Amino acid sequence: MSGLHSVSHSIEFTQALPLKSGAVIQSYLLKVQTYGTLNANQSNAVLICHALNASHHVAGLDEKTGELGWWDNMIGPGKPVDTDAFFVIGVNNLGSCFGSTGPMSIDPKTQQPYGSAFPLVTVEDWVESQARLADYFGIKRFAAVMGGSLGGMQALAWSTMYPARVAHCIVIASAANLSAQNIAFNEIARNAIMSDPDFYAGNYYAHQTRPRRGLRVARMVGHITYLSNDDMAEKFGRELRRAPGAPNTYNFNFDTEFEVESYLRYQGDKFANYFDANSYLLITRALDYFDPAREFDGHLSKALAGVQAKFLLISFTTDWRFAPERSREIVKALLDNKRTISYAEIDAPHGHDAFLLDDLRYHGVVRAYFHNMLQDLQ
Amino acid sequence: MSVLTMRADFDAIAQWIAPDSSLLDLGCGDGAFLEYIHRLKNVHSYGVEISDERVLACIAKGLNVIQQDLEAGLALFADHSFDMVVLSQTLQTIHETESILREIVRVGKECVISFPNFAHWSHRLGIFFGRMPVSKSLPYDWFNTPNVRVLTIADFEALASKIGLQIIDRVVLHDGKVVHFGANLFGSLAIYRVKSA
Repeated sequence: MSGLHSVSHSIEFTQALPLKSGAVIQSYLLKVQTYGTLNANQSNAVLICHALNASHHVAGLDEKTGELGWWDNMIGPGKPVDTDAFFVIGVNNLGSCFGSTGPMSIDPKTQQPYGSAFPLVTVEDWVESQARLADYFGIKRFAAVMGGSLGGMQALAWSTMYPARVAHCIVIASAANLSAQNIAFNEIARNAIMSDPDFYAGNYYAHQTRPRRGLRVARMVGHITYLSNDDMAEKFGRELRRAPGAPNTYNFNFDTEFEVESYLRYQGDKFANYFDANSYLLITRALDYFDPAREFDGHLSKALAGVQAKFLLISFTTDWRFAPERSREIVKALLDNKRTISYAEIDAPHGHDAFLLDDLRYHGVVRAYFHNMLQDLQ
Repeated sequence: MSVLTMRADFDAIAQWIAPDSSLLDLGCGDGAFLEYIHRLKNVHSYGVEISDERVLACIAKGLNVIQQDLEAGLALFADHSFDMVVLSQTLQTIHETESILREIVRVGKECVISFPNFAHWSHRLGIFFGRMPVSKSLPYDWFNTPNVRVLTIADFEALASKIGLQIIDRVVLHDGKVVHFGANLFGSLAIYRVKSA
């Protein structure tokens, strides 16, 4: 096992990017983190697509923030996605808020932050922006494009939009579109943000503030949906939040009474401090809009008819936000097309969050899959 | 090659599988048969398996495997989407017997079904002396067996006829050798090639 060889890149793209909405981004910057070494024939590259609130920082310790990458248990030297063998690319999506061009960036036309003027970008737009990133590195075909949740949607979009550029497509805890229930949760989150008096129609930067209260509620709702009922019961139960030695009785007020409230408030506060509200609105909308079967009268099999990649799909039994049956729809569509596919349904108690957690069976499957991929490369 | 690839029914099943055909192996275990048949016939194949360990074993072998419970049916697979569906020594582990049999002939143009024959004379003898049989084909005690259905050759053929399975071929084995006479008495493993009537 060697150390983690990681490089930060800020890559400027000056060719205009036409978006699905009809809008155009004249130029943009992508914040990228790479791990490991690209081999001589550029065949060992793995693109990691992130979910709602994550970033290009997928692995290793960020010296500035002291934080570990969001998928550090999966990616690194000797890990299931082994950076000693693969060249792993983490990229912050366009419209997000961790260094890539987004609503917080300065609009060259106005010299002010884009704010609400930043165009809505879609999953497909992300893929187009990332295809240029592949060109930048001279990668004709990724060994794998991989992601969980919204990241899984991006990986799926990659396989339909650039079939010849994806050797393996790894889609974890994801779906081919959001259910009405899922869109509804997103709408609660957006509504919370937009009704916060500090939102200022998206131009809160000019007022030196941010819609913290809205973000907090958005994150709280999100967090509930990422955990399973059992997981919450086990973590918090009905425990009261009490100082050591304090009586374990109700206080009859609206302060933080229960442990679960304390947890949600903590997560909400943390999130409100680091995430940009406009990015949250935009990314949840990108999730809502994603639906590759839409152009095919809802027939996912037809939408996936052109894919060439080999697929690995993984879901988690207690994930109700992206439930196993949603993964099975993709499995079925790939089987209808006689594509190469394996599907693992991991019986894990942690709900949607399971895709980010360390689980022997889950990681074992990914490790074995990448190990085979490596033999194909050699 | 693992010991399992030497399983007696592999050869018998292989003779019914056309080169380059499509194949679905239900209850594929660690993928031993899929690996064997792929080498022999270059089939386009998928396995279905429920156990985490065995799914991992299949993925490690580079096989296509779908993790699911066969009791839930075969909704993932379209009508007649496979040249051959194999249900090898798995039927006796499934509660929904009739439903899985109907499902496999829906999905496969042809199907292979193999199962241990409970009416083999050694099993009959065991029962005669008052104990549940433990043998090479039924290697478990009554209290730890994964088998939830015990059946005989005669039982299977009666059910097949009742639910409209057409038997195309039958091979009955004992100790890896073909049994020609008194199949239900001298055969410990039955292998059928069927399709929907």
